[in-house]
Amino acid sequence: MSFPILSVMLAIPALAAIGCLFLSPSGARWLALVATLADFVLGVALWASFDIGGPQWQFVENAGSIGVFSWKLGIDGFALMLIMLSVFLMPICIGASWVAIEKRVQEYMAAFLVTEVLMIGTFAAQDLLLFYIFFEAGLIPMYLIIGIWGGANRIYASYKFFLYTLLGSLLMLVAMLWMIQYAGTTDIPTLLQTDFPVHAQTWLWLAFFASFAVKMPMWPVHTWLPDAHVQAPTAGSVILAGVLLKLGGYGFLRFLVPMFPEASAQFTWLILGLSAVAVIYASLVALVQSDMKKLIAYSSVAHMAIVTIGLFAFNRLGIEGAMIVMLSHGLVSGALFLCVGVIYDRLHTREIDRYGGLAINMPRYALLFLFFTMASIGLPGTSGFVGEFLSLGGTYQVSTTITLLCTTGIILGAAYMLYLYRRVVFGDLTKDDVRAMPDLSLREIALLAPIAAVVLWMGVYPESFLAPMRSDVGTLVARVARAKPAGDSLPKAGTGIVPAAHAEAHK
Amino acid sequence: MNHASLMMVLPEEILTIGAIVLMLVAAWGGQGATKMISWVAVAVLLGAGIALAGPASSGGAAFDGMIRADAFGAFAKVLIYAATAIAILMAPRFFRQTTGDDLRPEYPVLLLLSACGMGMMVSAGDLLVLYVGLELQSLAAYVLASFMRRDARSAEAGLKYFVLGALASGILLYGISLVYGFSGTTLFSSIATAYAGPHSLGLTFGLVFVFAGLAFKISAVPFHMWTPDVYEGAPTPVTAFFASAPKVAAMGMAVRVAVEAMGPATDQWRQIVIFASLASIIFGAVAAIGQSNIKRLLAYSSINNVGFVLVGLAAGTQAGIAAVLFYLTVYVVMTLGSFLVVLQMRGEDGQPVETIASLSGMSRTRPGLALALAIFMFSLAGIPPLLGFNAKLAVFDAAVKAGLYPLAVAGFVASVIGAYYYLRVIKVMYFDEPVGEGFPKSGDVVEGGLIAAAAVFVSPVGWVLLAPLGIATMAAAKALF
Repeated sequence: MSFPILSVMLAIPALAAIGCLFLSPSGARWLALVATLADFVLGVALWASFDIGGPQWQFVENAGSIGVFSWKLGIDGFALMLIMLSVFLMPICIGASWVAIEKRVQEYMAAFLVTEVLMIGTFAAQDLLLFYIFFEAGLIPMYLIIGIWGGANRIYASYKFFLYTLLGSLLMLVAMLWMIQYAGTTDIPTLLQTDFPVHAQTWLWLAFFASFAVKMPMWPVHTWLPDAHVQAPTAGSVILAGVLLKLGGYGFLRFLVPMFPEASAQFTWLILGLSAVAVIYASLVALVQSDMKKLIAYSSVAHMAIVTIGLFAFNRLGIEGAMIVMLSHGLVSGALFLCVGVIYDRLHTREIDRYGGLAINMPRYALLFLFFTMASIGLPGTSGFVGEFLSLGGTYQVSTTITLLCTTGIILGAAYMLYLYRRVVFGDLTKDDVRAMPDLSLREIALLAPIAAVVLWMGVYPESFLAPMRSDVGTLVARVARAKPAGDSLPKAGTGIVPAAHAEAHK
Repeated sequence: MNHASLMMVLPEEILTIGAIVLMLVAAWGGQGATKMISWVAVAVLLGAGIALAGPASSGGAAFDGMIRADAFGAFAKVLIYAATAIAILMAPRFFRQTTGDDLRPEYPVLLLLSACGMGMMVSAGDLLVLYVGLELQSLAAYVLASFMRRDARSAEAGLKYFVLGALASGILLYGISLVYGFSGTTLFSSIATAYAGPHSLGLTFGLVFVFAGLAFKISAVPFHMWTPDVYEGAPTPVTAFFASAPKVAAMGMAVRVAVEAMGPATDQWRQIVIFASLASIIFGAVAAIGQSNIKRLLAYSSINNVGFVLVGLAAGTQAGIAAVLFYLTVYVVMTLGSFLVVLQMRGEDGQPVETIASLSGMSRTRPGLALALAIFMFSLAGIPPLLGFNAKLAVFDAAVKAGLYPLAVAGFVASVIGAYYYLRVIKVMYFDEPVGEGFPKSGDVVEGGLIAAAAVFVSPVGWVLLAPLGIATMAAAKALF
């Protein structure tokens, strides 16, 4: 048996979480940092030794059955990328909380480490119930993070987050039980090959949709997100936007589409319609926000809608685009929350109007903030462009109308992000307390610079990220090809170059 | 009376003789012998538990089928004896530190008698044996509820429990008499034969009344009214006992009656069970929201949990019964753990406090205790990776396998309501600012150890027990089919 790298990646933060509870505050910080960095190093090793073009499931571990489920781990390209995202963002989150969190540091670090365990576990689980356990258990640390270290209205936000997501998940659990009974196994690779009866698929699809749509979040069940984001501490927002929202997308990708292709085709227009509404509605709402975090939260809703349309395009372009948008959004919105956190730590307000003219006294901050703003808009050369272009390109083959609607979201996205940037960074430096704010510290640069580098990398050479997923996308497209819905865009084959009527032949 | 039958009821004999001997010791030893009697009582329970290993768990029918010595009864008895022993262990410090009544030596003796009655309930093969066991358990319980004689609330709890319990016994007896009248027997196996063939409406009426009486004993809605008042008024160790062992016994008894005596009429009692189940889940969840007393909250929580146990019974299959036993096991640990934490709740004057508000900021003043209670609460809410989730999963899995989809969906949705009030306890402990100094440390090694053991059991560490528990519960359930 080979080295159980996935289990080790789960064990390190789990043990560190227990250790943190018995340490001093600074000891807990260092232990958390070391543990998350160790996981990051293991993640890099995972990526390096991932056999591109090899078997679909790699690093498979099976420690046998525990009661009704079994400890079975393994990853494909999708899971690899999302695990990389998690382990990459985690040390940054710890760094972002280094001085901002002053009370109950040990518990805070433990909660974050537990979150990391559960996120990696969710992506790596190959057993349906094990997946559910990791997926659902993530509620506990997040509930505590929002509730203990959050803002003024944190209790309302924590309840809303918990109960909203719990309700969706439980419906999914009933569907899972049915599937397990039907297929006689909890093994995800086997279930991916199982053809469920079409009439049952509809119900199963709806039950899974209830869970993942809330997590995603899709309009109109997105309302928990602005509350949770605004109230959570900075690092909590980063992890919420960066990774937890990806659980919804991962769920769509791993379960909803490949397991229920017929039902997915049946509901394609529902998804596309909801997504189009989400893009435009969330963008318009973002435009009028006066709270920076809320603005970014609504922008998340809009970006995740680009993910869903890409996924339900049923073609390679769309699915690859959806994955890149997920990764890109994880990095960019995480970075934007960090940018908000930087100035929040100095002035303790998220009101946009309280700032202005930061370009004058915080030039380095202004530069990095501008970079991430542009990445969020989808400027070519950044990861945002690659993802949105692929996703919309894929959708265009299915529906020109929806693509048209969603593309307006990109224009609106430019509007609200640039408007935010103008109000915060440009203008005159009129307020004395704002003038007194120091520029980025070395620690803050160390947090933002790596994200900027990866965003640029993904924007300039996305092949590094697309390559591990290529064969998985192929498998997925082949799996759903039989149910592919007819779109409203009916591209006709061109007739070739027609010579101009009065052209004179060149001699 | 043959020797083999006597060997099959060895645990009950040990408990009976132990109780009588200890009663005599108490009569002559008086107050001073309390401590010794408590420990001997625990030893007697341990002995009875060991005696289960013999014919008592595998003998089959004893006394011409009046008692069934099978794996099902043995499994339930292990839970019952363990819960009773813990109820004995948690009492001395409570009574010592609470002004009012001292712990008198009758306490362990009454618990032993109650345990004996509960053992009869879960292994009865005859309606009258069942009734005798039930009354033995109940009479001991009435006395225990009003054990603090000078406390008005305790006396009220005992009286309420007695009056309503007597009413329920009456309903049950009425049902038994109907069943006897229309089937001509009180023996489970013969009753099953009567239900299997064409039978009169009278037999169905008997079934309804028997189930109504049983519903009272497991405090399922709509026969739950006594629960919050009795739980609140009874001394906390007694409440912990009520919430654990008698629940197991009553559930075990209901399962055996449902499957062994009325198995052929499953379609008839399933409707009753489904109604009681959903009503208990929803009412237990909704009514708990407004509670400010932690013991009342736990009372509604127990109503809520009984609803989930009944989901397993509603399935009516072997997997369903195994799920019932598994759920009960986890439930007993969670509940006893929660009550052990409640026992630690004392104000600055050393007197017990029971308000949820007094838990404010406990994560700062008593972090270990708060963590343990948080684990129990999340587990009761059924959030993975804690064992409470696996328990819920097991019962709903059985329900889905039996085709009861609406029940599964409704039960799950209602469990979200339940999650709210469990979260409220965690919110008070973790999110609110501490008031005062927090609860003084008890320094009691036994209680602390039990809390830690219970918390570890329901934590993911307990996953290692899932496989052996699965085998044991399946074997126990198999005994009924």
